[in-house]
Amino acid sequence: MAEKKLMYGNHAIVEGVIAAGCRFFAGYPITPQNEIPELMSIRMNEIGGVFVQTGSEVAAINMLFGAAAAGKRAMTSSSSPGISLMQEGISYIAGADIPVLVVNVVRGGPGLGNIAPAQSDYYQATRGGGHGDYFTITLAPNSAQELFEFPRLAFELAEKYRNPALILADGLLGQMMEPVELSDELVDPNSLAENEWALSGCKGRERRIVRSYDLRPGKLEEWNLRRIEKYEKIKKNEQRFEATDCDDADLVIVAYGTCARVSDAAKKLARDKGFKVGLLRPITLWPFPTDVFADMSKRIENFLVVEMSCGQMIDDVKLATEHRSKIHFHGRPGGGVPTPSEVYKEIEKVLGGAQ
Amino acid sequence: MTKEIIVSGFGGQGVVSSGIILAYAGLIEDKHVTFFPSYGAEMRGGTANCSIVVSNEPVASPIVSNPDIVIIMNEPSLTRFEPTVKPNGLLLYNKTLIKSKPARTDITIIPVDANIIAEGLGQSRIANMVMLGVMAKKTGLLKLETLKEAQRKRFIKANKEQLTLNDKALEKGYGLL
Repeated sequence: MAEKKLMYGNHAIVEGVIAAGCRFFAGYPITPQNEIPELMSIRMNEIGGVFVQTGSEVAAINMLFGAAAAGKRAMTSSSSPGISLMQEGISYIAGADIPVLVVNVVRGGPGLGNIAPAQSDYYQATRGGGHGDYFTITLAPNSAQELFEFPRLAFELAEKYRNPALILADGLLGQMMEPVELSDELVDPNSLAENEWALSGCKGRERRIVRSYDLRPGKLEEWNLRRIEKYEKIKKNEQRFEATDCDDADLVIVAYGTCARVSDAAKKLARDKGFKVGLLRPITLWPFPTDVFADMSKRIENFLVVEMSCGQMIDDVKLATEHRSKIHFHGRPGGGVPTPSEVYKEIEKVLGGAQ
Repeated sequence: MTKEIIVSGFGGQGVVSSGIILAYAGLIEDKHVTFFPSYGAEMRGGTANCSIVVSNEPVASPIVSNPDIVIIMNEPSLTRFEPTVKPNGLLLYNKTLIKSKPARTDITIIPVDANIIAEGLGQSRIANMVMLGVMAKKTGLLKLETLKEAQRKRFIKANKEQLTLNDKALEKGYGLL
């Protein structure tokens, strides 16, 4: 077993990205994720990777497009307003079916907002975000350990399906320190097989073209329909979640990321008082783990959705439960972070006085 | 066992370092730990605080609203955090820099002349170490030896003299009670 190291969440992402064999980073500074480019500039230099501090987020995402089209693992990180600026590029990358990793350490919005933790970019992350019919695989870690582990998973899923992947964290996860067990198993970038679409130089072979447009009549429709088939496959194969204490539950809290941590503490408070409360934590936000909700909604009467937003994931919970269960909500927008006792009070409101 | 701790003071008083040392110490003693600093539009001389959770179980929420233990380094932090301490909790405060007296009667309050003691050792900036030493003795939560090891993990680039001085400040605080 590897030694446990106390690490900032943002630093755990950097080590996770490097362990995943990624050697290309382009990005532009923004709080609360600045520790990512800061450490990345040092680490990429140490291991012979590429670090570019670009002139803007628009430049960063397009450099990523180029590096990934050449067949290399490439990533960028930013926070909410910066991710908005990247949406055009993400849409192009999705349209060209290119795997990249984008990390969003979410902060309060809309607009310039503030630099406090938030989850208000859920819609943007899970509905595509830019123009056109597309989705990005979206992973939601809730600890420094997962911030270390998920980059590798994200690259593997992105490459398997030729699709951009997103890690949706928040300011608290990025700024918090926790022990991380670093894996000794490092991906050697040179050991990765060349993708059959990669623009690696066509000397001695047919040329390849990577693009997101086709002006021939009917062609783009064909592409889009093919991409829908891919999305259906992802939805079928890649739903991930963590369910704890849900079997006997009268109420199941639904929360991801930081809110899942807070809700876990609230669940313990409630269990101590005799309430039968469980926690269902979506790990993939897209594809949303609809199957487990469809199943649970047959026996769980109440779901309590907890988000650091005005309520965005709640829509997916309603769709997945098909209105069979009662859906309650507790949200803290604009950089507010709920406390366990606050969430506990909501549980009490639903289930009545102490059991 | 789960203990929630807040350390608060002026920027420059070693508040964040204290928190990280506590988290490292917990990790060394094989406990589950989290550390979360206040971050934001802070300015030099403004207030800084951080939350640390040390537990025998995985830590659910890293956010501390009602701490078991607070280490208070300056006046504004006393005003802000005294009311939040759990009943029967512990409040340590830096008497050298704080003129007002805590008013709570349902918690244990320990005044420490941290800056004067630190200056006696030759450096006012190690007042935070004195406070950590007092806390270790009073609570038994973390061992003195572990804190000495933990500060070496925090101050990787510090010279030997500084590390030894930090040890002395920890010991001095530990010996106060």
